[in-house]
Amino acid sequence: MSAEHPPSLAAHGLAAPSGAAGPDALQVSGLSKHYGALVAVADVCFAVARGEIVGLLGPNGAGKTTTINMLLGILQPSAGSILIEGIDLARQRSRALAHTNFAAVYAALPGNLTVEQNLRFFALIYNVAGAGARIEQLLGQFELRGLRRTRCGLLSSGEQTRLALAKALLNEPRLLLLDEPTASLDPSAADLTRNRIRALARERGCGILWTSHNMYEVEDTCDRVLFLSRGRLLLQGDPRRLPAEHGTRSLEELFIRLAREPLTAGEPAAREPRA
Amino acid sequence: MKLRPVAAIVLRQFYLMRSSPTRVLPMIAWVTIDMVLWGFISRYLDNVASHRINFIATLLGAVLFWDFFTRVMQGVTMAFFEDVWSRNFINVFATPLSITEYLTGLVLTAVVTSLVGLLIMLLLARVVFGLSFLSFGALLLPFLLLLFLFGIALGVLASAMVLRLGPVSEWLVWPIPALLSPFVGVFYPLSTLPAWMRFIGHLLPPSYVFEAMRAVVGGHPYRAAGLTIATALVLFDIAIACALFTRVFRYTVRSGLLARYSAESAG
Repeated sequence: MSAEHPPSLAAHGLAAPSGAAGPDALQVSGLSKHYGALVAVADVCFAVARGEIVGLLGPNGAGKTTTINMLLGILQPSAGSILIEGIDLARQRSRALAHTNFAAVYAALPGNLTVEQNLRFFALIYNVAGAGARIEQLLGQFELRGLRRTRCGLLSSGEQTRLALAKALLNEPRLLLLDEPTASLDPSAADLTRNRIRALARERGCGILWTSHNMYEVEDTCDRVLFLSRGRLLLQGDPRRLPAEHGTRSLEELFIRLAREPLTAGEPAAREPRA
Repeated sequence: MKLRPVAAIVLRQFYLMRSSPTRVLPMIAWVTIDMVLWGFISRYLDNVASHRINFIATLLGAVLFWDFFTRVMQGVTMAFFEDVWSRNFINVFATPLSITEYLTGLVLTAVVTSLVGLLIMLLLARVVFGLSFLSFGALLLPFLLLLFLFGIALGVLASAMVLRLGPVSEWLVWPIPALLSPFVGVFYPLSTLPAWMRFIGHLLPPSYVFEAMRAVVGGHPYRAAGLTIATALVLFDIAIACALFTRVFRYTVRSGLLARYSAESAG
């Protein structure tokens, strides 16, 4: 049975679907970040259930990466709470982060270490038991065996992405944060990556929060999407049904419309779909 | 504190050194140059000056101790700079790694790298210039330990400064030992200094080490109280440095500096 959601999540209809055993992989409640008068993220509430893939969408500067940075513990929220596997990130940082991992285009692994050295380094940091076997498994899974002694700075962007994903799975995280994981992959490699991530959610019950600007990919992969604009959560729902519910032909069209729509004062945190 | 994350920081440095002679060379080259240069200067002074002063022990010993302190400090900062240079803060700090584990890893790295430098210096000083470590007596170990601990304190402090001020402040770190050396009286007694410099010198643990070293080499009684004060000061310095690093780290997390340190990530 799913853990009880905070009232704010339930009130906004942003609770993760119930059904999975144990607490949600992620529960975010009232999350805000401001820099003086500048509001980067405002009162964001959502949850990611175990085994669920949630797309975090929004135009550039919407607050997606700020939100992810707060979930990663490298940016302190101005308000709100983050529970990873039911563990409060603010109070038990190390315990909470032990259940997460991430891959992001702006956080390349050190280019002066080889593929294998990087994986060994991060396996130790994440306190992975049986690291050798796990690394071998991931090298095989992401077709990196032939590159194990290659310095990461010499890898192509696609190879670096595969390595970042391998690193992100080292500790078999319960919550995986992926910031544009397929941005630099060719269509075939991107398809393989999506399949791997879907399998990870399905077979291991890993909750995944995924940002992408590729709406076709989002529609194909995500169980649910959250739409951020100017730091506020505007919309959430099934990416395959949302366009029709909001009178657009595709998710991309809906994205464009929402991204260009001016925010009004007193906007609710997330609107209900049109009837 | 978990051991694997600490080992990760040490292992990373080992990987980098094993594959990069340019990282290993400075550990050996600078101490060798200093030993050779000051070894010959000391030998020359021994020949031309009165025999009341043992220049080999006084000067070369002082250089050895000072270089050891410098190597320790740089051992900490170099390991920290690897994360700055490789823009690795997000990868490292978005993990369960605690600040204590990270700093412990930096310190253990400094232990290894400074020992390499120390062994080379001891070998050169003994074999080439005949420096007898017996001239320092049983105090050799406390001298090294105090300088080691002060090197750790300054290394952590310098890392906190770079974390707070950004990568460009790296250049402020390198001159720190040179800046301190006039105040701690590496080559002369503190009594040589004007009062204001002497006051600063008394706040720095190495001053007591060098005063005691000169006393022991000169065959004079040394002030045990001086080394006790140095111990108290250095423990205080380490506590302050670690507290400051933690405070700066929290500031960078609160202000968004850490997230932006190596990436344009403010969304």
